[in-house]
Formats: sequence, structure tokens, C-alpha cells
Amino acid sequence: MVADGIAVFSRDVTKVFGRGDTQVHALRGIDLEIRLGELTMLVGPSGSGKTTLLSVITGLLDATSGELVVLGERPTALSPEELILFRRENLGFVFQQYNLIPALTAAENVAVPLLAGGVKRQQAVARGKELLATLGMAHRAHALPSELSGGEQQRVALARALVHEPRLIVCDEPTSALDGRTGHAVMELLSATAVRPDRAVIIVTHDARIFDFADQIAHMDDGRIVSLEENRKNGALTNGLVAASETWSLAEPDARSYTTTGD
Amino acid sequence: MNFVAWKMLVADRAKYFSLIFAIAFASFLLANQISIFIGIMTRPASQILDVVDADIWVMDPQTLYSDEVYALRDYDLYRVRSVPGVEWAVPLYKGLGRAKAPDGKFRNVILLGVDDATLVGAPRKMLVGSIYDLGQPDAAIIDKAGFRYFFPGEPLQVGKTLQMNERRVLIVGISDASAPFQSFPVLHTRYSQALGFVGRERNLLSFVLAKPVAGLSTGEVGHRIEAATGLKARSNEEFSWDAFRFYLRNTGIPVNFGITVMIALIVGTVVPGQTFYIFTIENLKQFGALKAIGVTNRRIIAMILLQAMVVGATGYALGMGMAAAFFASFLNYLPTRGIVLPWQVMAGIAVVVLFVVGLASLMSIRRVIVLEPAVVFRG
Ligand SMILES: Nc1ncnc2c1ncn2[C@@H]1O[C@H](COP(=O)(O)OP(=O)(O)O)[C@@H](O)[C@H]1O
Ligand SMILES: [Mg+2]
Repeated sequence: MVADGIAVFSRDVTKVFGRGDTQVHALRGIDLEIRLGELTMLVGPSGSGKTTLLSVITGLLDATSGELVVLGERPTALSPEELILFRRENLGFVFQQYNLIPALTAAENVAVPLLAGGVKRQQAVARGKELLATLGMAHRAHALPSELSGGEQQRVALARALVHEPRLIVCDEPTSALDGRTGHAVMELLSATAVRPDRAVIIVTHDARIFDFADQIAHMDDGRIVSLEENRKNGALTNGLVAASETWSLAEPDARSYTTTGD
Repeated sequence: MNFVAWKMLVADRAKYFSLIFAIAFASFLLANQISIFIGIMTRPASQILDVVDADIWVMDPQTLYSDEVYALRDYDLYRVRSVPGVEWAVPLYKGLGRAKAPDGKFRNVILLGVDDATLVGAPRKMLVGSIYDLGQPDAAIIDKAGFRYFFPGEPLQVGKTLQMNERRVLIVGISDASAPFQSFPVLHTRYSQALGFVGRERNLLSFVLAKPVAGLSTGEVGHRIEAATGLKARSNEEFSWDAFRFYLRNTGIPVNFGITVMIALIVGTVVPGQTFYIFTIENLKQFGALKAIGVTNRRIIAMILLQAMVVGATGYALGMGMAAAFFASFLNYLPTRGIVLPWQVMAGIAVVVLFVVGLASLMSIRRVIVLEPAVVFRG
């Protein structure tokens, strides 16, 4: 049984795309525990399986094999309909490309998860505005995504991920489309607002500049977790790890030059 | 989520309007062409149906339809009258003549000669004057369109004269007769008067109009007439259909209209269908995000259907508005007079539009349903 306080429990999870000669082993046996109240980062070169792992955890893709429990549920045991409801209630998403709906204002975009849950338009949009205000975006609530900067759009996306108070928030490269300073500001906001004792946050990134925000860093390569770093206090990562991260960060996005700790 | 669907739809103004205009244009074209087609093709029938008093048209077996008539011989009238089951029978002349206005303007006219005693076949709807004025010497009733042709700009009034066959024609009334197929002016006169107006024809008896005695069906009495006289007897309805079928088979009209209708159908199906589909494909990423966030497939289907319905209803309404405006402004033109937009055509086009947007949304829905929400993580 999965222990209390564990948001995601993964044992030997694999994911194979395609079949025959064109088979891709995107995940080759993932063992990972993600705790509530923590911010976990998945880092590693392109193609190492980070996005695939996120997709499997969020039930957007089925794992090929292994044991996976997310917030007490096994995604593969849920019907497609149940899975959608599960995501709607329990998950918040932040995407690299923001994925805001261009036709909706910032506040309306934030309101989408509430609308999907059946909340009335006025109420939902009002809640969206409130939340934007707490993220310092009150003055942009009526702006369309096209009128917002990248950093502002990502704040809106963050608000959308938070608005329905989910227990697990997943972010795929939330800062990689932003410049360093903006990305850092978004991360500060994210760690300040998203991390709560009853919630887990997973961030996929290869942005070494934001590693300091992590409580746990899972290094991935070729579909495996090659090392796992714990850090109970932000900013207290070991010197060795920071050095390694920086080397790798400079080498990105050319994955081949990333020196892994072996298979 | 309905307002989200609505906002997504109208966000791309250009695409939204081109969708609506494609549907509006197609439904206008369909309404217009089909209505004119029906209007023209039913003109011979409406002329026949203008004669309400009689139920049976008796004619020479060679007469195929109402606008090309082989005359009967005078005694055929008495033969029909003597058939058991015939309540009464009266003569009707129908032919072409040439009329000359006082200003020298000539035009072919359709001349109807109705039975002197009973006036069976005289116009039902009179705008000016009375059918009983046909009793005056040289009297004739002209239809409104004909009056407008011969006396443009003048108020509808009796007392005007025309000339036919070197004879004076005194206009004693103006009728609202249905437009004939050839859109010529329609003149009604007494049967005995008609000979004077056309002159050259030896035989005037185009049709015998008959009424069955009470209790006997039109079909039954028609059969009896055919058996007894060797002539052809048709009910009003049959005779209308004869004319309709004749023009359908023997003119290029159905082909002409058919081609336009086909083009309207193709344009009206392909353009909005394609545009709507592309619209959905362009929004696929957004739908993917919605699916990932937890919007159910059913909700998304409802969104797409709403978008399709908005486009379909708006385009249809606009198209019907255009068609209505068209028919309202052309109703009084001589060639298009009396052509209206039948509600059956409007209903039919509504079904076509519904089908088109239904098909387009089905294709779009299919794409969105099979869409892997995992796409949201791809760049
Ligand atoms: N839908 C898919 N079909 C086939 N191969 C895929 C698919 N998605 C990802 N892959 C492959 O799986 C591997 C891991 O990809 P991904 O999880 O996107 O890596 P990362 O996010 O770490 O860059 C890559 O080799 C990629 O090409
Ligand atoms: Mg990725």
C-alpha cells in the first residue's frame, strides 16, 4: 500500500511507443515517489522521457507496464470518463507553450477549469480575477493572451493551474520559453503559491537556473531516473550537484553532450 | 462552456464571416433558383387551377398540355353534354393573339374565350371592374401585368382600348390572373367574341369544361366521357401535372436550374464544410488543452455543435433574408410576377443547411474525439 503523504508512487513504470522496428522505449522502469507538500523537478536531456513521464502520471498516456498510483488512484484502472473527472478535480497543468485560449481574456482563461467543473460563468470569471490579483496581474485580467508578454501569459497559466485548488500540479518546462529573469520570477511565484502541505508540484525543466526551488530533483536519462537528489531546504543543494547541473545546462539543448552518471 | 465556444468561433472574424456568407450565399442561391423554377414550372398549372368552377377538362387526344392545343369540333361540346353523369359542359377557347396598343405597341397575348352564358373560366380575382361587364360589345378583361405593359405609368382603369385583328378591344376590367408560362398578357373575353379577336382560326373550341353530377367522382365521369366520345378527359390536377411534366421533359429549364442548384449545393456544402473543419483543426491544440484540463468529450461535442448551429442558423437567416428581399423587389416585375418563396422551399433549405453543418461538425468532432490530449505537452 502507498504510504500517507505520497502523491505519486511509481514502481518499474515503462512506456513503449509504437511496435516492431520502430519501437521507442521512452520509459525503461521508473521508480519514484513524489511527496505532498514538495516541489519535485524532473531534469534531463531532450528525449530522456520527462514529458512522457508527466503524461503517464497525469493519465494522458497509459503506462505500458509497472505500478503507478496517483493521489490514491491507479490511472489505468479508471475509465476514460473517470480519468477526465479525476484530472479536472485533482490536476493543474502549466505548459511550456502556455496553451491559453486566444479568444478568452486572462480572467476567462483562468476560469476554464472551474467552467469545466460546472461553475457558472460570472462566478468562475470573478474567481479568476481574484486569483490573478494575488499573482500581481489584476490590471491584466481583461487582456487577451496576444496582448500579454510571455511572463504574463505564464502567470495566467499558473493561475489556471491553481484556480480549482488541485492536489497535484504538473508543469512541463514552464520557464524555457522565458528569459532568465522572467523565468526566475515565475518560478518564485510558482513555489510561493503552488506549494502547499496538501499538494505536490512536479516541474519538468532543463533550466539549471531554477534548480534551487526544488525539494527533490530526479535526473532522467534514456527513460530512467539516473539519480535522485533530496533537498529539504531550498538553496542548500550540494556543491557537486549544482556544478553538474550547470555543466549540463550549458550543454543543452544538445542532449548527447550531457554527461550522465551512467546507465 | 458555451460562451467559450462562442468566443472561439467569433475570434477569427474573417473565418467566421466567410463561414456565414458561404452558407448565406448558398441558401440564397438555392431559395432563389428553386423558387423561380417552381414558380415558372407551375405557371401553366396555376392557369388551369384559375378555372375553379369546372372539374374536368375535355380535349383532343393529341393535346398534350395546356399551351399547345388541338381544337375540337363544335359538336364535341354536345357529345360531352350528352354523356350520362355530366352535370354541365361549356366551351373554352384558349389561344394566342396579337394586340396593339394605341401607341402602336404590339404584343402577343393569351386570349381566353369563356362561355357567354355562364362565364365559366372567367377570372376569379378582379382588381377593377366586374366579369359581368364582359357582356358589353368588344369587351375584354386584361390582367394587371398586361395593363402595365400596354399602358405603362397609367392608373389601373377601365375604358382603355387595344386593337386585335383590326378590331377594337374595350378593356372593361382588370384581373389578377396567374402569370402564364410565356409571361404574355392574359385577356379574357366571351367565347363568341374571341373569334373576332383572333380571326384566322377556323375552330375555336379548345376545351370543353365539364362538371360531374353530384355524387359522381371526377375520375368516373372522365372515364365515361373518354369512352363515349373518344376525347381525352383530365381532372384539373391531372391536367396541371401534364403541363408541368411537359415543360420538365421538353425544355432546357430543369437542366438550367438544375445546374445552378447543383453548384449552389456543392459550393454551399464544400465551402462551409471545409472552412468549419479547418477552423476546428486550427483550434485542435486548444481543444487538446481543454481535454487535458478535464473538459469531457461530451462537453466538447456540445461546443462544436453550438458553433456549427450558430454558423448555420446565422447564415441561413441571412440567406433567407436576402431571398425574401429579392422576391419582394421582383414580385411586381412582369417576367417574375407572382413568383414567391414557398415555405416548403425555406424548410427544405433549412434541412440542407442542417445537413451541411451537421456533416461538417461530425468530421470536426471525430478529429477532436480521437485527439490525444497528450499533444498539449508538445511544443
Ligand atoms: N507519441 C510518441 N510516439 C513515439 N515516440 C515518442 C512519442 N512521444 C515521445 N516519444 C519518444 O519518447 C522519447 C522520450 O520523449 P519525451 O518524453 O518527449 O522526452 P523529453 O520530454 O525528456 O524531451 C523520445 O525518444 C521521443 O522521441
Ligand atoms: Mg519534453
